[in-house]
Amino acid sequence: MNLDLLTVESTRTAVLEKQTTATALADAFYAKIEADDPAIGAYLTLCKDRAYSQAAAIDALADKGDALPPLAGVPIAVKDVFTTKGVRTTAASKVLGNFIAPYDATVVSRLEDAGAVILGKTNCDEFAMGSSNENSGFGPVRNPRDHSRVPGGSSGGSAAAIAAGTAVAAIGSDTGGSIRQPAAFCGVVGLMPTYGRVSRYGLIAFASSLDHPGPFGKTVKDAALMLQVLAGRDPLDSTTADVPVPDYCAYVGQPVTGLKVGVPAEYFGEGLDAEVRAAVESGIQKLAKAGAEVVPLSLPHTPYAIPTYYVIATAEASSNLARYDGVRYGLRVEGKSLAEMYRRTRDAGFGAEVKRRIMLGTYVLSAGYYDAYYLKAQRVRSLLARDFDEAFAKVDVLVTPTAPTPAFKLGEKIDDPLAMYLADIFTVTADLVGIPGISIPCGKSREGLPIGMQILGKHFDEGTVLRVAHVVEHALASKMVYEISS
Amino acid sequence: MVSEEDVAYVAELAHLELTDAERARMLKDLNSVLGYIDRLNQLDTTNVAPMAQVASRYGERNGESPADAMRPDELRPCLPHEEALRNAPKSDGIFFKVPKVIER
Repeated sequence: MNLDLLTVESTRTAVLEKQTTATALADAFYAKIEADDPAIGAYLTLCKDRAYSQAAAIDALADKGDALPPLAGVPIAVKDVFTTKGVRTTAASKVLGNFIAPYDATVVSRLEDAGAVILGKTNCDEFAMGSSNENSGFGPVRNPRDHSRVPGGSSGGSAAAIAAGTAVAAIGSDTGGSIRQPAAFCGVVGLMPTYGRVSRYGLIAFASSLDHPGPFGKTVKDAALMLQVLAGRDPLDSTTADVPVPDYCAYVGQPVTGLKVGVPAEYFGEGLDAEVRAAVESGIQKLAKAGAEVVPLSLPHTPYAIPTYYVIATAEASSNLARYDGVRYGLRVEGKSLAEMYRRTRDAGFGAEVKRRIMLGTYVLSAGYYDAYYLKAQRVRSLLARDFDEAFAKVDVLVTPTAPTPAFKLGEKIDDPLAMYLADIFTVTADLVGIPGISIPCGKSREGLPIGMQILGKHFDEGTVLRVAHVVEHALASKMVYEISS
Repeated sequence: MVSEEDVAYVAELAHLELTDAERARMLKDLNSVLGYIDRLNQLDTTNVAPMAQVASRYGERNGESPADAMRPDELRPCLPHEEALRNAPKSDGIFFKVPKVIER
């Protein structure tokens, strides 16, 4: 069995048809992680005990001939911002270096209830703050397609694990592009669901009004299968919506005839790499050929998305990260007074980017600046939402590049925070507005680097997003057959 | 423009000490990012309502917006005391222990 070619669907089938067992798969994936992950750094912690006991339970079901759950035996990697009971959970921060979570995130328990085998926890930017995975407190992740380049961020380890063939699927979180941008850089599929579609319970908070948990896979169908398990109301997260969960796989394979595909001019302007533009435009032509109507339109407030995002996200982060003070869990550095203990703990525990964002967020919320920055950004957030309301009155989905360039080199942007922030220019708005979006591979640069196409949809209309994504995936199949780098 | 004094003041609010080198770097970075953020002032938002969260914009069901969702105030199981203390850097088995707070 070629592990590299396994998808969610084919893995379950292989277990169901007794071509392999969940235990044998776990063995094979751990052997591959041991051999290949040191060069990539996608995993921070492996949870072998937990994985093998889950695999044994799945194998027992298969032996008895019982019905198998939808993700039976599928080896999955989970971003280390989701809590896992009894397993180290760090958010890639030294401040949580030894934290053993006392409960499971809803995303984790839903995956396991669906039969998935969680192999381990993946590396990311510290507290999910970054676009390159270089902000991890435990070292960077390398892009499996080119080890001199970043895998994207913040869910870099999750995307890289799939691209390296050390997981079949993965979970990430997207606050400003942290699922879609690494999916684009690593050449995999990454889906950010609507805000409120997937529970945030047990997701270590970065910016609560923007944090979206979601799946990564090799194919659009895999993303649909994963979302099916993850989506739904959770009494433990009051922001999850009581909106019915449709059969997502039923959308995969539907034609796009008659659908209206909007192409926003602002996403194809200055700063867009020529090869990325060509690849995405050719993907749009495939949709037109498949019967979709392509509608040029405008999202006029797009240039204000990044500044809005960096006010709101940092303000929420500065509040959320106040809890890391050395009192109840995590790192403590002793001091003579309580205040000195707080300061020493936070100075030692947080990395440079996290400190930068806490400072920026504290500044924009501080007396005298609240109206000028925070309230102003919230008002502009309304204008951005209005842009999308108007666009979605005319079209069913929007198609854009996921990122302005393919994966950049390690170290290239690390000294210039503003340049790094601009890597998220095409992804942040969907987070602010709360709509779903997917990134799918749509070609490669001359250097062989993957290029991602982004498809954005209406609130709770992941189905149409998946439908359109699958048509592009299918149309490009001849040149985009999934391949693992080694 | 953010000044050195502003950096010191905000660091204090945020319970960060920061080394001299970190403060110098922070001054430069905050000014660069805030300079970029200033472009928000190109927009007239006088009559635009602030948007604090997404849920207030969609999905009103049964007359209740998800943003106002309430649940009955019922007792539910919570983390046992012992487990809640397991990650504590210092504890006496009942409480978290911290340096003395009240000086006299």
